[in-house]
Amino acid sequence: MHGRPRKAASKPAEEASKDDTLKLRSLQSQFMSNHHQKIYTQEAIQLSAKLLENNPEAYTAWNYRKLAVEDNLSRIDDSDPSLVNSILNEELEVVAKTLRKNLKSYGAWYHRKWVLSKGHSSFEKELQLLNNYQTLDLRNFHAWNYRSFVVELTKTSEQDELQYTTDMINDSFSNYSAWHNRSLLLSSLVAKMADGFMPKETIRREFDYVHNAIFTDEGDQSAWFYYLWLLDQTVKLETPLRTSSWPSNGSIIILSGPGCFTGSSSKFTTFCSESGSFPLILYFDQAVSGVNSSTVTVDSELKGHEDLVWEPVSDNNSQVFSCVWVARLEFDSTEPCSRTENKVKVSLGKSPGIVSSRGCNISTPYEFIFTVHIHDTVGVSQEGIVSWTGGGFDNWDAQSKDLNSLISLNHLNADTGFEWRKKTIKMEIECFRDLPDSKFGKLILARLLMAEETLISDDAGKGIHYKEILQLYNDLMALDSSHDQYYKDELSVALLHKVTSSTESLSRHLFRYRNMNNIVCLRLNNLTLSRMAAVEKLLFVQMLDLSHNELHSADGLETMQLLCCLNLSHNRIRSFSALGSLRLLKQLSVLDVSHNNIAGKHPVDTTRYLCSSPLSNSDETGREVPSKYWDAYLVLGDLMKLKQLDIRGNDLIAGEEFSSLVRQVVPKLVWLDGHKLAS
Amino acid sequence: MIDLPPYPPLDPSNYYLIVVGTGVSESVSAAAASSSGSSVLHLDPNPFYGSHFASLSLPDLTSFLHSNSVSPHPPPPSSPPILPSNSHELISVDLVHRSLYSSVEISSFDSEILEEHSRRFNVDLCGPRVVFCADESINLMLKSGANNYVEFKSIDASFVGDSSGELRNVPDSRAAIFKSKSLTLLEKNLLMKFFKLVQSQLAESDDTTTTTVKISEEDMESPFVDFLAKMRLPPNIKSIILYAIAMLDYDQDNMETCRHLLKTKEGIDRLALYIKSMGRFSNALGALIYPIYGQGELPQAFCRRAAVKGCIYVLRMPITALLLDKETGDYKGVRLASGQEIFSQKLILDPCINVGLESLSSLTDQQNETLRVLVPKAMINKEKIARGICVIRGSVKSDISNALIVYPPKSLFPEQLTAIRVLQLGSGVAVCPADMHVLYFSILCENDDQGIKALLSAMSNLIRLPVPESDSSVENDTCEAKPLLLWRALYVQELVKGEFGGTISSMPSADGSLNYKETVESAVKVSKAI
Repeated sequence: MHGRPRKAASKPAEEASKDDTLKLRSLQSQFMSNHHQKIYTQEAIQLSAKLLENNPEAYTAWNYRKLAVEDNLSRIDDSDPSLVNSILNEELEVVAKTLRKNLKSYGAWYHRKWVLSKGHSSFEKELQLLNNYQTLDLRNFHAWNYRSFVVELTKTSEQDELQYTTDMINDSFSNYSAWHNRSLLLSSLVAKMADGFMPKETIRREFDYVHNAIFTDEGDQSAWFYYLWLLDQTVKLETPLRTSSWPSNGSIIILSGPGCFTGSSSKFTTFCSESGSFPLILYFDQAVSGVNSSTVTVDSELKGHEDLVWEPVSDNNSQVFSCVWVARLEFDSTEPCSRTENKVKVSLGKSPGIVSSRGCNISTPYEFIFTVHIHDTVGVSQEGIVSWTGGGFDNWDAQSKDLNSLISLNHLNADTGFEWRKKTIKMEIECFRDLPDSKFGKLILARLLMAEETLISDDAGKGIHYKEILQLYNDLMALDSSHDQYYKDELSVALLHKVTSSTESLSRHLFRYRNMNNIVCLRLNNLTLSRMAAVEKLLFVQMLDLSHNELHSADGLETMQLLCCLNLSHNRIRSFSALGSLRLLKQLSVLDVSHNNIAGKHPVDTTRYLCSSPLSNSDETGREVPSKYWDAYLVLGDLMKLKQLDIRGNDLIAGEEFSSLVRQVVPKLVWLDGHKLAS
Repeated sequence: MIDLPPYPPLDPSNYYLIVVGTGVSESVSAAAASSSGSSVLHLDPNPFYGSHFASLSLPDLTSFLHSNSVSPHPPPPSSPPILPSNSHELISVDLVHRSLYSSVEISSFDSEILEEHSRRFNVDLCGPRVVFCADESINLMLKSGANNYVEFKSIDASFVGDSSGELRNVPDSRAAIFKSKSLTLLEKNLLMKFFKLVQSQLAESDDTTTTTVKISEEDMESPFVDFLAKMRLPPNIKSIILYAIAMLDYDQDNMETCRHLLKTKEGIDRLALYIKSMGRFSNALGALIYPIYGQGELPQAFCRRAAVKGCIYVLRMPITALLLDKETGDYKGVRLASGQEIFSQKLILDPCINVGLESLSSLTDQQNETLRVLVPKAMINKEKIARGICVIRGSVKSDISNALIVYPPKSLFPEQLTAIRVLQLGSGVAVCPADMHVLYFSILCENDDQGIKALLSAMSNLIRLPVPESDSSVENDTCEAKPLLLWRALYVQELVKGEFGGTISSMPSADGSLNYKETVESAVKVSKAI
């Protein structure tokens, strides 16, 4: 059923199909007139059956039959079950006939479900029918879906169904549907804590089972997907965890209003704000919802924390679940209260409400405390150009201990459930070291080593695998050049985790930018990064240099809510759409995207919009924007604080036309392409 | 055969081809000749079809083996071997019957039950024998239409055995490798990689885009066993591939005793047959199939095909002499046991029909040349095959009825030089009553004792011998699970090579292989020549 090339129809077949079309048309029009006139005679019903046999996808005909059945059922004497049976049997018959024509007709499967939900048909017969269809096409997902429906109705035990998937997999382990169904059944059995299905033993057992498939045919995708699912089950906890925050526990931050802060202590994070508020960021390891003022309590002497509004930071449209949540705490910079240290205590998880998309509550209550100094603002707000090259950067001079207080690199509490997970991953690593020459072996090994890294909680053991992981991905790029980009992405992820794995390695990349209150600058330039990762450990970064890499988009950077200066020059960004995530960075004031491949050639994908222009929903419909600049308009328009923008070296958006658009869209802009704009 | 009813004389008495014996090769030849329009007379001295490939009831099998075994007493002196024929331009040369079987030993352990069911057995003389789905014999049947007369069922499983008595599944497919419990993960990986290599090698010929890895010419000419070692296959997998998939007989690791060292090229061909067989028929589970009612159905099917095309059949009709031209020495015809003389241009004979040595001395050179293929030669390599048949109650593996079991060389005892093959068949293929199974054993050997010893060793590995009451308590625990022996036949068969001699051809005896590859090949060769 799969992978068969389609043959061009022969001449006589084409003629025949023309005839069929004509017949079908006349059937269709007769049927429609019956339908409109609500004729449910035997003859009319048979006509619809004929139509469906010819065209199983005629959904209206299925609906018509449902109406006809209801109509007929209402007329007959309820006390005679044989009459009801005969009507419903007729329906099952029609479904079976149409399925013979097209195994994958949605309408037909749905109609059968509808008949069954009327409490009709023997389930034995249904399973028999399904077995037939599943031999015809092992991976027919309609049949599998229908099977789970029947199984639910018949209350067949999940253990029995699991055995059925085992049988199917034993027949052919390339049956992805069977593996998939297996994963669903196991998830349910484990969740129910069924006898013999404790997570530890179940996962171990399944690993042993899927090994057979991977080792027998390492190129088989079905086994692969199942393996990765298992790996996920091993590493990921069911319950979401808060993995990091800004400010982090025990940290000291200095807040000031707009302008220059003259304090000298470089040990601490300073944060300047014009609006008199600072963000409080929570990062979870899974997308969660329900972060609000009742699930998260904030105690401090600062004012205005009573009704904090928590907002998800999410690029996609589902605004309910997100890994990153931000609230803005207000402070009063005009009344300096540097005499006091303001302790802020944040606690979450005390009352239920923060749940993952799978419906699991956050595991354990958690609280953290940080200290806030509010400093006077001296001087005027700085209007100088931010230069990424010059000598404005000081090396990170502080002890790594200070960095420890700034960020929390270790976040996983040593849970009792972790021991078996670590052990399982260790065994898997041993197992896959035996498959050294194959790309699948290498890739699985790299993933396992990454997984082990995330599970290591003590400082001493952390980071030991990165060298090997990087080597494995480099080997893979040489071995399998057609998936080069994928390996490069994974390599970037590993590299970023390596950099952030210890305060020592991270501090090598950290600087202070003198001209801007000594804010923390992270320089990750020239690392051939193609993808951003480990952002949860970089929440404190305000200035980020990613120049001279191979990034294709700014995805992932939205998590770094403190970012005010970003250098993406000399990367491989091809459009403003790829910078879409920057719209969520409310603090961003300096952006360098020079020397990329940004072109007007790839405008907004208009198929995503129902209206002709993405701008027609915005308030300023009057503005005339050429369609090739729509994406630029959308992204730049949201960067409210942008003062400095560099877009040189992007061929197709250079020119006066674009510059004037930018000036219109970003009114606060002071520096464009290194030149001060006339105000 | 002495009490034969008198036959009416055959009419016509002139044919293009006379075939004597209804074994597989003879029947294929008869079918081929008659479908190409030649007139064919097909004779058999026995009252049944199949000759040495027949499937018989237990009493019939017993009497056939006894009557065809080397008789202890010499045949009574006959009349002078060379007589003038009825027509005086011809001379007649008497034929002698050569016995193919020796060391025949038949024992029954439960006569009562066997007698009760005696007619429900169809026991093969040439067992163990199966057909590969992609066999040449199957192609031939499909081509000739003989497939209309036979039905097959698949062999459910194949196993490798050893002295421990444990039977391990042969991992012969992707699914079987996946399910195998006896292979380690790494072994699974290596074995599947090897199968893929073989498959890509096979695909090569059809596919011109040669991106696949190819086995080098040099490797193709090297011994297969060396090539397997080069592929890093561990010994246990090597042995499975060599003896349970490529179905080799001789120990490929022992240069001294190995009579046939397989080249990689041949090895790949043998694997190709297996692999192609796996998927050929959707209703066959594995690579092997077996004809319902026994192997005897196959020659019969070809005979029926031949009969449809006009071939004339006479059973219970031995021939006693050949008729040669007095002057030229050319073959002219045969004399039947009924005394009638029948003439033909060509003659194909069963392997047990020979010319007596004493008759040769008095013949001219030309006459001797004509009879060349019928002269019994001193066996150059004394290769024989020991066969065994057991009727058992129960099955050697629960839940499995039809199965092939291979004991690679040295797996049962250190002196075991060749592989022992065992085939179990059940009532599903209509060869025995419902609760029983028939087991066939075979091994190539140099002498009778060696072969019989190996067979008995394999039998005791699988089967429980009925023991007197007094001893039973001792071994009760270990033997409980094994099926019980009801009947047993042991015999050693000579391997006779076929020979094509222009007008007269002699067909080979049932060979030592598991399928009909060589048998059918020789028949096809002879038919083409004729």
